Parts: sequence; C-alpha cells; structure tokens
Amino acid sequence: MNSSIPLRASPHAHDSSHVNSIMFMVCVALTPATLFGFYIFGWPAVFLWIITIAAAVAFEAVCLAAQQQPLYRLKDNSALLTGWLLAMTLPPWAPWWIGIVGSGFAISVGKQLFGGIGQNLFNPAMLARVALLVSFPMQMTTWANVNPLFSTNAPSLLESLQIVFGFQPLADGVTGATILGQIKASGDVPVSELVATEFSLQQAFFGFTRGSLAETSEFLIFLGGLFLLYFRIISWHIPLSMLLTLTLVSGIFYSYDSAQYAAPWVNLTSGGIMLGAFFIATDYVTSPSTSAGKLLFGFGCGLLIFAIRAWGGFPEAIGFAVLMMNALTPLIDRSIKPRIYGRSHTGKPLPATATPRSQQRQ
Amino acid sequence: MFGFSKNKGGVHPEEHKAPSSTRPILTNIPLPAKLLLPLSQHAGADATPLVKVGDTVAKGQLIAAALRGNLSANLHAPTSGIITDIKPIVAPHPSGLPTNALIIEPDGEERWREQESLPIDPLTLSPDELASKVEQAGIVGMGGAIFPAAVKLRQGRRFEIKTFLINGSECEPYLTADDFLMQERAEDIVDGARLVRYILEAYRVVIAIENNKPQAIAALEKAAAPYGSIEIVAVPALYPTGSAKQLIQAVTGQEVPAGGRSNDLGILVHNVATVYAIQQALRYDRPLISRITTVTGACVSQPQNVEALLGTPVSHLIDICGGLKSEPNRLLLGGPMMGQIIPSLDVPITKGTTGILALNKREVNQQVPAPCIRCGRCVDTCPMGLVPLEMAKHSRTDDFEGAQAFGLNDCILCGSCSYVCPSHIPLVQYFEFAKGSLKLRKASEQKLEYTKQLTSMRGERMEKEAAEAAAKKAAKKNKRKSRSSETVDN
Repeated sequence: MNSSIPLRASPHAHDSSHVNSIMFMVCVALTPATLFGFYIFGWPAVFLWIITIAAAVAFEAVCLAAQQQPLYRLKDNSALLTGWLLAMTLPPWAPWWIGIVGSGFAISVGKQLFGGIGQNLFNPAMLARVALLVSFPMQMTTWANVNPLFSTNAPSLLESLQIVFGFQPLADGVTGATILGQIKASGDVPVSELVATEFSLQQAFFGFTRGSLAETSEFLIFLGGLFLLYFRIISWHIPLSMLLTLTLVSGIFYSYDSAQYAAPWVNLTSGGIMLGAFFIATDYVTSPSTSAGKLLFGFGCGLLIFAIRAWGGFPEAIGFAVLMMNALTPLIDRSIKPRIYGRSHTGKPLPATATPRSQQRQ
Repeated sequence: MFGFSKNKGGVHPEEHKAPSSTRPILTNIPLPAKLLLPLSQHAGADATPLVKVGDTVAKGQLIAAALRGNLSANLHAPTSGIITDIKPIVAPHPSGLPTNALIIEPDGEERWREQESLPIDPLTLSPDELASKVEQAGIVGMGGAIFPAAVKLRQGRRFEIKTFLINGSECEPYLTADDFLMQERAEDIVDGARLVRYILEAYRVVIAIENNKPQAIAALEKAAAPYGSIEIVAVPALYPTGSAKQLIQAVTGQEVPAGGRSNDLGILVHNVATVYAIQQALRYDRPLISRITTVTGACVSQPQNVEALLGTPVSHLIDICGGLKSEPNRLLLGGPMMGQIIPSLDVPITKGTTGILALNKREVNQQVPAPCIRCGRCVDTCPMGLVPLEMAKHSRTDDFEGAQAFGLNDCILCGSCSYVCPSHIPLVQYFEFAKGSLKLRKASEQKLEYTKQLTSMRGERMEKEAAEAAAKKAAKKNKRKSRSSETVDN
C-alpha cells in the first residue's frame, strides 16, 4: 500500500477563503477612514499610525518566537489589524510611546497571554485603549484640532516629528475637547444648548471634528462596514442590533429630557460609534458565534454605550461597553445555541407523525 | 439565509460538473482483465461465497449470498468467466486494509445465466414478493449509503407512506452520473418509481432534482407526463441537499425527528440510481451487476460517465477515459465533499461508487491548518444547526461529552463546515474521531456490562449447583439413614 497518500477525512475541496485574506480585507476596509484621518490631522497621525502598527507586528513576532511558534503566523495579518485598530482610536497627536506601550499591551497581554490568535477573551485593541486611558488620562484625552494637511495651520514635517517625538506638551491653541467630552464636563449647561453651539451633524458625519486618529468619519467607516458586509466578512447582526438599540434607547431618553440627554443623531455620529459597531464589536474571537448570540451581544453593547455615555465617568463608552460584553461572550455562547435539525428548541427530538401500518390495519 | 431555501445553512461549492457533461454515458466498455468483487459492498456483514476457485460462472449468476445478519446483500457475477481466486484485496477505502474478494477472469462471452423465458409482469405479484425480488437482486442504496434496498422497502411497508421521495439531487460537485441516468433513461426511472410506489403503497411520488439540471428535469417531466401521480420537483442547488434529511426538508418542509428515520414522517427516500436498479431487476430479471459512475477531475484526460461492471478496477476506467494527464494530488471514490481517498488505482468500483475523482492540487486546496478564529462561518453553514467550532474544540481535548453538548450526535459529516473554514481546520476529521471514540467507549461499556452479567450469572449458577449438591448429599444421607433404620426395623 502506498504510504505517501495522506489519510485525511473529507471534504477534499475548499473554498478560496483564508484567515490571512480575511484580516487583510478588514484592513482594506479601514483604509479610506485612515487616509481621511491622515488628511485632517496631518503628519503626526501618519507617524503615530506607522509606529503603532510596527510595534504590534514586532511584539507579535517576539511573542511567537518566545513560544517557539512558526513566524509565518505573522502572515495571518492579525497583529497588523490589531495595531491598525488601536492606532485609529488613539488621539491623533499622541506621543510615540503611547503607540508602543499600547501595542505592546494589546499583543502581549491582550492576546498572547491568553494563548494567541483565537484564544483571547477581550478585544486586544480595546483592552489596550482602555489601559492607556486609565494609565495616561492626559495624553489620551488631548484632542488635536482639525488642521488638514497642506492647510496654513497644519504642522510641517519637522514640527510633526517634534509633536510625536518631542517630550514637551502640546501648545494650548492646537487642541480642544470632543463633543462627548464637552457634554460630560458641561455641568449645568443643558446638553441641547451645547449641541446647538458646538455640534454640526454634517461635520460629525463626514468627520471634520476633533476625535481619535481615524474614527471621526462615521461616513467612511460606515462605507468600510458595508464593504465587510458585502464580502460576508461580518454579518449584519451585531452592527444592526447595536446601532438600533443605541438609537432607540437614546431616542427614548432624549424625548423624555432633551436637556439632560444627547439626541440619537449625536450618539450615532460621535465617539467612533461606527468603528465600534462594524469593526470592534464584530471581532470574531471575542463575540458570540451564533446569530441569536450576536443579536444579544449587539443589544448589550448598545445599551451599555448609552448608559456609560449618559451616566458614566468616562465620555468614551465603546471600549468599556465592548469589553464588558466580551466578558459575557462565553456565557452567551454556552446558553444560546441554534435549534438543531429534528429537535425542538429545548433539544428534544421532534415527534414522529407517521402511523405504523399494522395499527392502521387492525 | 435569505429565505430562498427551506433549509438552513449549506454551501455552494464550485460545481465542476461541466467537464463530465459533454458526452453521453459510455456503455459496453471493453472488459478488464480481471474483476475484483469485494464480499462487502453493502452496510452489513460480508456475503458468503457460493462458488470456489476454478468454477465457471455465468453473467448474473449468484456467487455470494447474504446469509449473515440483516443488512447483508447478494452478489452476482457481472460477466461470465472463471473464478480465479478468493483472497483479500486492497479495500476501496482510505485505510487500504484488506477485504475479502472474489476474482473473476472474464471469458469475453458475456453469457447470461438461464433466465425465465418471459419475465413475469411485476404488477401481478404482491408487494412482498417484489421486495423479495429486490433482495435477491442484491440492490443497495446506490447514492453511496449502500443500505440494502429491500430492507428499506420492508421497513417502509410497516408505515403508512405518504410520500415516496426519489433523490435525483446529486448535490456533490463533479458528479453527473445521476444527471445523465435521468436524462438518458427517464422512462425506466418513471417505471421504477411506479413499481416502488406499488410496493410501498405510497400516496405520492416526488422526484426531487436540483435546479442546476434542467435537462434531467425536462426528460423526467416528459416521461412522467402520462402518469399524473409522479411529481418532478426542482429543489435549489445547495450542498448537502442530497442528504436524505435535507432533501425531505427542502421538498416537504418537515424535519426527520432526531434519532428517527424518515419513515417516522411517512416518507421514504431512495436514490434515483437505486430506483433504476430496482426497475431493471423487476422488469428484466437483471440483478445489480453494473452501475454508472462519473470519472472526472482535472487530471483525467477525457472526463465522462461510464456504465461499468462492478469489480472493474479504477485504473481500467481511467484508461478508458484517456488516462491521467497529470499526477493527481488526490484520488477519490465519490464526490469531493464526502468521498473517500483510495490507496491505489488497483481498487475496484463497487455498488456504492458514484464517481472516481483524480484531483489536482489546486482543486483540493489543502492548506496548513491555522488556529480557529471563531468566525462562525461553520455555524452559519451547518445544515443541522450545530456549532462545529465548539464541537471541534471539545473533540480536540477528548471531551466528547462537551462535543455532544454542541451537537456531535446530530452531525451528518457533510463537510460543509470544513469546506468554508478559513483556518482550514479539518473539522470532519475531528468529528469522525470523536464519533469513533464514543462508539468504542460504548462498545467497551457494553462488554463490561456483559462480563459483569456473566460473572454474576456464573456466581448464581455455582451457588445453585453447590446448593443442589448439598441437597443431594443430604438426601442421600437421609436415604441411607432411613435405609439403615429400615434394616434395624427388620
């Protein structure tokens, strides 16, 4: 007998999908929003993005080597994606070490400590972002003004290097607060008044606002999300239930007390909500694997985002909301399973309907 | 997902059906030098040989009979010739383990066994008599399940069969054997459908065909037109619609109860090739000695369907199809989704061989497995509503109960999950391993239970024997005593 023939179970065919290309496609979907971020925040954003991604890949390589895992695993692009997502959520003019510390935490603690790709309980990028926010609140809440590349106020290449690598704090005139930060710090000023003076729906939707490196343009990120949906890389369940829940809940509270609560359209166009709904909450590893589980997961995220924004201590809700739901994912996956063919929802076999002929004849 | 189909999950693998669809079925092919006939071409125990080495056999002569067990099947000589050997050969199975086989050297005369001069009109016989004829003809499920057809018919007769469903879906990629059988022999299939309907006393006959076979649908619609009671239903082309459970769901919307049979719904499913074989046996007194099989794959020079005698070596059929034009990466019997690797080209085709595939590397597209990223594609594609990623996770660590909690027992091993897995994890391999281990464990538990029973029975018997011996002894003693007292009395 020919021993060179592999003993292998069926099937003996496979579609063209591969982990490497899935991760790559997600990066492609992020590209327009990222380029837009480069455009409005200039060279410092470009440098920070490069540093964060390079650090993520480098940490991944070190961790793989330390665990004596093959280095070709780097080709799965998962470290690239984690670094990319993290970079997008950082303040655009944050210093270089924020990117490195963040990536190091995301890859080593967020992912490899759990056992590497597919094993982590929490979304590594969100875990790192929250860790940075808690550890370095000043750097993580300094939001650069919108100064598009090549405009008069935009920093030159040299100034940009100084912003990223220099250790002196940024000048006062170049930064400000985000709308969610303003609402949080508003005190007695009614939210509706703040929104009326400080918020432009059009600017927020297209992304000409202060915010994280590449999550300000809800429009471009939404397009990226549609791209993922079209290529069936993500399913509609989590984004839809998350955005719908946030809209409904914030709508209810807004109609109840518009001085206290921000309107649904403010909620839907700020704080990187689209990035959260289409790219962060849909992370395969840390979200449920069944459709019903995904709907529940999205619902929980939406609810928590509203609650944190309305009553929590931090203005940025998505990271915390997603991490909390990540913790619930194993529980959701254990308790919500699809109905099995030939069984009821409780797992009991369906009843037989045919009549045995012997009975019929007697 | 979008409600086009009543079935959940499923995949649309690349069809690859065109290459073998250019020519009609090739019949009357040259005889091979030898026919290798495994005694096990069915679900149950080996058939028992009725001939010995050196015997001359006629075409259609019964050469091995189903004498052991309920699920065995008869085997007939596919052509006239001499039995040159009865010995183990390499089985047409991935293991390549030996299997006992009869070896016939054809004499080239194709001399039939003596037949009834005028076959009896089957409709003058009773359903039970017809079922016996099907049994004698050695017919098994020809879609690959190789379950004896007569057993299924008799099981079906015990129920009120509302729908007799004929499976012409042929959802496996590459295969076109059933498609061409339906196109070229539609009248015989319709006749077979009517005969089986008579046996089952079924109310309704449905021939279900995937909608990617318009010619087969047209041919059968034409053939069935004179008989109003036979419906031709086009079902969406979606793997694994050809699985009986999924076909029943696609046609009737009903689900076979877990652990049950389609009989439980008053439905009985037979493959279209099985129905054809039944018709040939009942109308023309021809036992199952040949079948139509698709020889295809990128490495085959001239892919086509061939009507071949059982026992024909794979190498002979590939030669007839122009030989191999490149070294195959994988040789299979059956389709790519559920077919099995064969160890060499010397193995023969059997009653369940739906196709012979010689695939190149690009077609197989096997890659190094990567860790699971929990993308959930396997969950979305599972036609049974299981959670393959969790089943695999638990199977890998020998936690078979954990795997059962996510549906291992309901898994039909269709391979849809493995097909779509972007990490290229061999999920079916894990499930086969888990199912095999559970079976072994159950068998050893039963053995243990049986041993326990025997031990306790032996203990009881020993006690009983000891008690009896003691009683006997006591009786003897008493007797002696009484006798001695009698003597004293005297």
